Amino acid sequence: MRPVAATNDFVVKFANINGSGSASANELFAKCILRMGVPVSPRNIFPSNIQGLPTWYEVRVSEAGWLGRRGGYDLLVAMNPQTWDADVKGLAPGGYLFYDNSKPLPKFKFRDDVTTIGVPLTDIANQTWDDARQRQLFKNIMYLGALSVLLGIERDVIVALIGEQYKGKQALLEPNVHALDLGRGYAEKNLSPIGLKVERRDNVGDRIFVDGNSAAALGMVYGGATVCAWYPITPSSSLAEAFQKYCAKLRVDRQTGKHNYAIVQAEDEIASIGIVTGAGWNGARAFTATSGPGISLMNEFIGLAYFAEIPVTLIDVQRGGPSTGMPTRTQQSDVMFCAHASHGDTNHVLLFPEDPYECFEFAARALDLADRLQTPVFMLSDLDIGMNHRLCRPLEWDDARRYDRGKVLTDEQLEAGVPFGRYRDVDGDGIPYRTYPGTHPARGSFFTRGTSKNADAKYSERGEDYIENMQRLQRKLQTAKTLLPQPVLHKAPHPARHGAIYFGSTSPSMAEAIAKLDADSMHIDALRVRGYPFVDSIREFVEAHEQVFVVEQNRDAQLRSLLIEQFEIDPARLIPILHYDGTPITARFIAKAIGERMRSAEVRPLRSDKVA
Amino acid sequence: MTYLPKPKLHHPSLQQNAVGFTRRDYEGAISTLCAGCGHDSISAAIIQACWELDIEPHRVAKISGIGCSSKTPTYFLSASHGFNAVHGRMPSVLTGANLANRELLYLGISGDGDSASIGIGQFVHAIRRGVDMVYIVENNGVYGLTKGQFSATADQGSKSKKGAINTDAPVDMVGMALQLGASFVARSFSGDKAQLVPILKAAMTHKGASFVDVISPCVAFNNHEGSTKSYDYVREHNHALCRMDFISPRAEITVDYPPGELREVKQHDGSVLRLRKLPDSHDTGDRVAAMNYLHACQARGEIVTGLLYVDPEAPDLHAHFDTAEAPLNTLGERELCPGAATLAKINASLR
Repeated sequence: MRPVAATNDFVVKFANINGSGSASANELFAKCILRMGVPVSPRNIFPSNIQGLPTWYEVRVSEAGWLGRRGGYDLLVAMNPQTWDADVKGLAPGGYLFYDNSKPLPKFKFRDDVTTIGVPLTDIANQTWDDARQRQLFKNIMYLGALSVLLGIERDVIVALIGEQYKGKQALLEPNVHALDLGRGYAEKNLSPIGLKVERRDNVGDRIFVDGNSAAALGMVYGGATVCAWYPITPSSSLAEAFQKYCAKLRVDRQTGKHNYAIVQAEDEIASIGIVTGAGWNGARAFTATSGPGISLMNEFIGLAYFAEIPVTLIDVQRGGPSTGMPTRTQQSDVMFCAHASHGDTNHVLLFPEDPYECFEFAARALDLADRLQTPVFMLSDLDIGMNHRLCRPLEWDDARRYDRGKVLTDEQLEAGVPFGRYRDVDGDGIPYRTYPGTHPARGSFFTRGTSKNADAKYSERGEDYIENMQRLQRKLQTAKTLLPQPVLHKAPHPARHGAIYFGSTSPSMAEAIAKLDADSMHIDALRVRGYPFVDSIREFVEAHEQVFVVEQNRDAQLRSLLIEQFEIDPARLIPILHYDGTPITARFIAKAIGERMRSAEVRPLRSDKVA
Repeated sequence: MTYLPKPKLHHPSLQQNAVGFTRRDYEGAISTLCAGCGHDSISAAIIQACWELDIEPHRVAKISGIGCSSKTPTYFLSASHGFNAVHGRMPSVLTGANLANRELLYLGISGDGDSASIGIGQFVHAIRRGVDMVYIVENNGVYGLTKGQFSATADQGSKSKKGAINTDAPVDMVGMALQLGASFVARSFSGDKAQLVPILKAAMTHKGASFVDVISPCVAFNNHEGSTKSYDYVREHNHALCRMDFISPRAEITVDYPPGELREVKQHDGSVLRLRKLPDSHDTGDRVAAMNYLHACQARGEIVTGLLYVDPEAPDLHAHFDTAEAPLNTLGERELCPGAATLAKINASLR
């Protein structure tokens, strides 16, 4: 078997033990390559555990800039004996197995068709440090050093990054650099070069490297959220924690030292959404971050906020469901559920960000939409973009941008005699006017309730009042369509009979799959949906193609169901392409699935009149 | 209750308070509860307390859960915004509302079903956090709106109207509030207006989590023999802890009390609570003593009413969070948005 030879186009998989300090060394590895101008996309594959269970970190190096998960790996850094057998088995033929050879392993533990690279990491660490924790931590930096020699990663780049990481902490900086050089020294002396290489390029540009949860938290800071209530749940906890961190830096009044924000770690998700509902009712921009199980608990409040028309912003960082499901794996399986959360007839606004850039933008926009529409607005992120660093466009903010606080009557307007009825459709767009509590001594007060009411917010069980209200809520959702981000169209280089619809974190793999299919002369137009309810151009896209593949990361083809529900499209036109094993969807999977169907469609066309 | 609406127009000679409102301005819609319901007496006491305290009605937010008690915010303070939320979740909605605007007075109206059963968790955590609010439980020991099931505050051995005996131990919300760190804890009886109104006034001027348990007999389903929350039972077993007078910071203090029997508690806003002790009373500044006293009386089958505990200096949730003095709902781009230049720096740190 010929060893794999590739420059700037390969996948490295690190197999580690959770809690061993490997995460920061692995992240450093990814960043070094970025600093050399070569795009990477790393993915943490981790267990629901703090210490002891296996964890993996996959780094895809792609000069071409493909950021989706590729699948497979060419270099294995095998640091976990528990998963050794399966990890070694999964290595690509001709790949490289990097391991700690301090303890001899029997021959049957290895493969003949891969190159084995042993470094006595434990021995060197034991000779150098006395402290057990230091031995463990610096072992990670040592393998980074050895790998940098094998792959051609520049030492200066690594040292600069370590310097940034331990800025002002000299005591930590020096031993890290020492560990790096121990690894490099061993490799230079004892190892021969391998077929995988990193070469300097200029393909990163001004892009930034950030996780979606941090970007969403920043979006909430920029968008003006002042109240955040949350309950810890993977994979969304880091979002609320990032909001806390950014607020402590960016939202403390310089003069008074007072906080222009309030964050409650609530007792559960029900209290979280209750706090957000109370704050939204009282005129503060408020949000919660959670995952699917949290949305399950929040359903009653979501129905209340929909029916009583209270601005509420929710971020659902989706994970594998149902029930506890796969807490540390990714899915897009809350789409249907969020679109109709609560008992009774409901319909909610959803936003689907593709990357951290859109997590930032949509988070801020969700706050505007919630205030404008006076309804729950969901941003559906997922573990893949939420918890992994992703290369994306720099975050943008226009200082001229103003918060849209929606239709709120002021003290002056009430004093001037502007008529007020809480649920009257004055403008014909389904959106009523509201007042904040405490505005005017005699005018503008009303009673908010989850029961049916008339247009003046008085309790009513009259069927006419109920229907008028429910129909107005539907009109309001029609108005929502005019405010949501438009879908993004990718036109094939040649006229295409087939289309594909996709959303969210599927985006980078979809782009790569389209390129693969194009290369095989299978052309498809692709439309990335960014919001729900769907705008009419999505229907037009479906109608303009014989068949449309709907690519999503869940079992039940949820986006497809919503498309059929909203547009009453013939289901035969929408072909589900579904990936839901908890790993991020890959271009290989999409291209294969779509390619097979397109080839078979050529044999059996959908419409018989096309047969010659 | 009455089906005869009072005329909207007020008599010009009606007495006005310091902020120019008559007592009628603090009323709400006509109650739809049963005639004689203790809850209506509580609504009347809230109206009286707010009027006497010169609170502007629109500066109050009334928040409730679900049940007979939670319907009552409709029946007082019609110029206030009200929010009838979901069952058992008043505390979280109130917490969020309070965070959004720290300047309003938050009345949390709940019942024993709403707070001691489905909402016990939210009750616990809102008290723990020290949310600045008046948390009133209109406690009748029964599910009135669903026609007479026991609630979690029903005493062990008490009899339902249909004759069933409650075998479950009761939840004692007053004891819990003390243990959880409420900075104002009182219990009263809907049939004792002379005690209830000053307690509510004191709770409304208290800064921090005020908890007031009001035993409020359910005339339809819990006012029979064998009930321990009937008018007769409570009147027979009521052990009033102290007589309390509330003196607002504006009022001239004219009444002279005999020394030795008087304890004055000065509250955050300068108002003074004058507690005239009864013989075997206790120190309202001592949380442990309050808990002991409460349990000792309970063991004797007595229902303690009155102010059990107050800490006038306790910090509230906003103090814990060190939030801005201006209500968060008044802040705009200038205070909230760090701007494009800062974002450029953040971008640079992510490369």
